[in-house]
Amino acid sequence: MSSVTMRKLVLQIEEIRHEGGPPPARPPVRGAVLAVIDNPFAGRYVEDIQPFMALLRPLGRELAERLLAALGGEVDAYGKGAIVGALGEIEHGALWHAPGGWAMREVLGGAKAIVPSAKTVGPPGARLAVPITHKDASYVRSHFDAMEVGVPDAPRAGEMVLILVMARGGRVHARSGGLRAEEIEGRDGLR
Amino acid sequence: MTAMKIRKLVTIVEETRREMGREISPPTRKAAALAVIENPFAGRYVEDLTPLMEFGEQLGGLLGERAVAALAIPPAAVHSYGKGAIVGERGELEHAAAILHPRLGAPLRRAVEKGAALVPSAKKMGAPGTPLDVPLGHKDAAYVRSHFDAMEVRLHDAPRADEILVAIVVTDSGRPLARVGGLTVDQIEGRDGLR
Repeated sequence: MSSVTMRKLVLQIEEIRHEGGPPPARPPVRGAVLAVIDNPFAGRYVEDIQPFMALLRPLGRELAERLLAALGGEVDAYGKGAIVGALGEIEHGALWHAPGGWAMREVLGGAKAIVPSAKTVGPPGARLAVPITHKDASYVRSHFDAMEVGVPDAPRAGEMVLILVMARGGRVHARSGGLRAEEIEGRDGLR
Repeated sequence: MTAMKIRKLVTIVEETRREMGREISPPTRKAAALAVIENPFAGRYVEDLTPLMEFGEQLGGLLGERAVAALAIPPAAVHSYGKGAIVGERGELEHAAAILHPRLGAPLRRAVEKGAALVPSAKKMGAPGTPLDVPLGHKDAAYVRSHFDAMEVRLHDAPRADEILVAIVVTDSGRPLARVGGLTVDQIEGRDGLR
């Protein structure tokens, strides 16, 4: 376990023009980047897994930069996730929390809100709805969302899929009230 | 003329860096461009499908250009291509045929330069989230064996019953570890679209 071995990288960008209602002047966008990597702990119980987090930081940085660039450099919400192959355990997916969140904050220049996340253990083709919330204030209701992603041939049993999601514009026809983006105080990451 | 209504545009890029433990250098890459459009003929039989053929012409350019742009390569650097459609449950399989076959090819070929070969295609009826394996073949010589492939695409929220999902895929490469012989890229004559 000296480095991260990546088999595949997938980048998915969505532009949402409407969902049956009036099309907004500027369509919301969201994007996901997925890295398929070897799980160095597959097939056995390892107690001390935390050293792998440091190795994931450069990967996180690379993924966050690619995703931000693919979205044109403008993003107001984010999320992250992991799908662990069947020879791994859910705890291996949890290793992505720190490096994934750190990487997005780095490239976004200091986002305040917690990065919402989801993880699962699954077969190749497993889908994950990666939760999304506003990057500076978790309570912004228009930006509560999720993006469903997956890779047809991953994760194989000894692999993990590590995922970052970024978005701009909230839900396309958001009208369920709550805190609005223009009301953000931006002090505590919540409001 | 019926105007095409697009609900969603999606691009997906796949980069394969390793396969079977071997490094793939440069990585093989595929890009899919998808559009979710309203099906103007959902729920009724319409004889004349010309509006869908016009949609196909628009989508050939729009999706072809977006897919090539997603790979960030010049059009001439495209290796293989393919197309496909999933028709929502209130439509008809023939609606996919009207979009894909009569007019989509010409603007797609402009987006990839040349394109002497048939554009391989797949179509099906499906619910939101239905996966589609878009078949791939070399754009100038259909018999190039290293480039026979497919890319699976799907969108969790499309096609709804009154929608059609249309996909175009382009690549800058063949399969990651192609080794089953046949016509190779450097043997392409490029005259008849086959060899």
